[in-house]
Formats: sequence, C-alpha cells, structure tokens
Amino acid sequence: MERVILHCDANSFYASCELVDRPALRGMPFAVCGSTEERHGIVLAATREAKLRGVKTAMVNWEAKQWCPELITVAPNYQRYIYFSKRLRWMYEQYTDRVEPFGLDECWLDVSNLGVTLKDGLRIADRLRRQVREELGITISVGVSFNKAFAKLGSDMKKPDGSTVISKGNYRQKVWPLPVEELLGVGERVRRKLESRYIKTIGDLAAQSPQNMQTWLGKMGIILQRFAAGEDATPVMQSADETEIKSVGNSITAPRDMYTLEDAHCVLYVIADSVASRLREIRMRGKCVSLMVRDSQMHFFSAQKTVDYHTAQAEDIVLIATEMLHAKGFCRLLPYRSLGITVGSLQTDTRPVQTDMLGRYARQDKLGRLSQAVDHIHARYGDRAIERGLALANPLYNTIVPKTDHVVHPVGFLR
Amino acid sequence: MNERFSEKIYVGVLSLTHPDGSIVPLKLIWPDGRQWEIDRMLDVRPGVARKAGGEGMRFLCRISGHERELWYSHGQWFVEGSEISDTV
Repeated sequence: MERVILHCDANSFYASCELVDRPALRGMPFAVCGSTEERHGIVLAATREAKLRGVKTAMVNWEAKQWCPELITVAPNYQRYIYFSKRLRWMYEQYTDRVEPFGLDECWLDVSNLGVTLKDGLRIADRLRRQVREELGITISVGVSFNKAFAKLGSDMKKPDGSTVISKGNYRQKVWPLPVEELLGVGERVRRKLESRYIKTIGDLAAQSPQNMQTWLGKMGIILQRFAAGEDATPVMQSADETEIKSVGNSITAPRDMYTLEDAHCVLYVIADSVASRLREIRMRGKCVSLMVRDSQMHFFSAQKTVDYHTAQAEDIVLIATEMLHAKGFCRLLPYRSLGITVGSLQTDTRPVQTDMLGRYARQDKLGRLSQAVDHIHARYGDRAIERGLALANPLYNTIVPKTDHVVHPVGFLR
Repeated sequence: MNERFSEKIYVGVLSLTHPDGSIVPLKLIWPDGRQWEIDRMLDVRPGVARKAGGEGMRFLCRISGHERELWYSHGQWFVEGSEISDTV
C-alpha cells in the first residue's frame, strides 16, 4: 500500500499570526524581529511583501531596514504563536492521529489508509488549507507525497496557500532537478561536501551508490541517498509519542559581550539555573548537555557531551559545559555574544539512581536536597529571595534575566 | 488592496453555558450600556474577524432582525464596528 503523507508548512508563520490581529498592516512589508535594545535584533519572520524588498529571515534588524526602510517591525509574542500552533495541530488531528510536528509551524500528517490515494491526499490538503484560512486567518502550504522527505519538498513549491503533489510518476521531473540543499537533512556542511564531489542536484544524489555515500558521509550518507531516491520509509510519529519532552534548553544574549571566562561562567550559571529548575519542575533529569556559543562576529559553535549519570543540578550542568568550553577550544573565541545550554537524554526523576563509593552519589543527593530547598524559597518568596554569591561577585549576573516563557524545542528530525 | 477595516469593539455578553460546555449568547451589552436581545443563533464555528483583526469562536446571530457576527476569544467578546473606509 502506498503511503499518503502531507507536510503542512505555515507561511511566514510568526508574521502571519501578528497580521491576524493587525489587519490594517496586511499587504505591507512587515516583520517580526527580536528587540534591538536587548540585542536579539534579527528578523524572525517576514511577510512576502518584505521578502520581495530583500528582507530575509535571520537578517540583522538594521540590515533589514537598509533593504527596506519602510519595514514595519514588531517584537515576537511566543505565547500567541504557540496558541496558533496548537490550533493548527487540533485541526490536523481531525484527519489523523499520526501528526508529527517539526518546530511550531510545520507538521507531517500520515493520512494513509486502505484505498486512500495521493489524489485523496490532495483533496484533504485543499480542505485543510481552506479551513486554516477561514478559521485562523493564516495560510499553509501543503506537500502531498508518498514519503516524508518529498512531502516536505512539496510544501515549499507553492507559497503561499498552495498544495503540491509529488507522486511516483512525477518526482523525477519535480524533485530531481532541485539543488541538493533543499533536501531534508542537507545543511551547509553536507552541501559543501557533496558539491566537492560534483553532486549538485537531488537527482545527482539519488544516482550515487549507497557504498560511496557511506564512505563520504557515514550513516547519514545512506539516509540522504534514500531520501533523494524517494525510498524514505521513516514513519510519521503518533501524536501521543511527541508529547514527551525531549530536551530542555535556554540561551541568553548578554546585554554586553562576555570578554572573560569569568563573564561566561557567570552567564552559564544563569542559564544552567533556569534549565535545571525547569528540569526539576517537570521532574526530569538529563545526561546529555549541549553547549552553544555565538561569538561577537555572529559565528556559531556547538558541542555536546554525554555523561554517565543523570542530573538536574545547575552545578553539574555548568561543570560539564565549562569542561566542553575548554576541551573544544571555545575559550579562544572570546568575546562571546550569546551562550546556550540544552539538556537532553531525559528520564524521569523517579527512576532509581546507581549509587557509588566515590562520593559522587552523596554529593548529588546533597545538591538535590539543597536545590529543592532553594526552589521552595523561590516559589514562596520570589526569585531574588535567595541568590548565588556569584550575583554579588559579577555585576553582569544581575543584568540578565532568563526569560520565563521558554519554548521546549522538539529535537531535530535526524538526531 | 481594497480591503476594508473596522474598529474592534469589546462588548458585554450575557450568556448561558450548557452542561456540555457549549455557550449560547443571550444578550449583547454595548460599552455605553445599551442592550439588545439576541434572537437566534445561526451558526457557530471558529473564525477570523478579517476587518477588525483577531480570531476565536465566531457566533453568527440575529439581533433585532439583523445578522451580526460576535466573537468569543480568550475569555472576551467582541464585534466589528462600522467600516473605516480609508487605509490606515
């Protein structure tokens, strides 16, 4: 039985949500931007009208203004976007229980059933588009295909508010001429590697032998070759599978650049404290810590490390992050602009813990009880009622307030 | 663009909530205190207020012989005011 998979992608999602509430701005160049004062100043989403004038997502605010002086910008309101995202999910779930979100604005739907063809898929796609337009006031583009990778490509083809079918009959014409970086899972690094072997289009990639791909790119190479050849068999997850939280993270762009390791250490503590307290809030512990560093030139670096114990303590997280900072040579990248920490490989804190004779368990236990007490004081008397000594030592500490409305990001598709 | 816009007017509503959670608006109370009975509910579905902005549960009602749309969104009721013909 051929699968029928839809990929629904909300067009200029953040910007469209804002326009629902501001109908007078429809048709004008408009963008949602991080606030310039706090230096998160990049374009998060721009409308088609803004894009036509040269504004691109992730462009720095002033650059966007240069391209388009009449650009109207607003600060993001994530709660609102999460609400729209949930409404979209509910609509999708009226058609199938196999809905797999990819970020806030994209979802795969598996509508396969006995006798359902791609043509029926297209009909569902058209109906969904109309429903989203009428009920939510935003638009989605839908790709309909027999696998996830092609469905995603399809949703990029007709924007805004269009449906595209990629079938076994037409994928050679529609998909294979596309540049290889459009394919799911091909980032800048992979693209460069492939280009050096004269693999420029998805068709080129499909023509490679799995053996070659394995030698060049490892396991990932085989997966990508299968994606390109239309042999992607990865299933769309059940809706219920996803509600489980995969990772908890937070990142901070400091009000001024961090010039010394002490500054970085201080910021790491602020982040780790917020990540750790959120982990404890959802009663989880993690063993895989990822560190993200952005230097003052906006270059991005990341590393991750898995340790052999699960933790929800800021002290442990900072320790692991600092180790990575040194081990990966990130110290040389100073000054930093922003830092981020994500803790993954989570398990619930009710799982038994392996004790040891080296004193680590005793320390963990002590830290756990300490942070429990601190959490309690915070809950009762406010966050400033009890603070780290670090707050007095480094003036940077008090200027940073970790956001309270964190978004728990779904883990990337291929990880 | 030939779209027209209007003011978003938050209004008071006297309503009945059924045991199954469904809500029926019964009386509309304008900000200045004037009141109108809602004669009939013609349609209920999620919908967008294209002219005033916003979205929510859209109630199509008959109020003293006229069809009017009423939105319930995040705990508040609103209607679209008369059109502002000029673009803002």
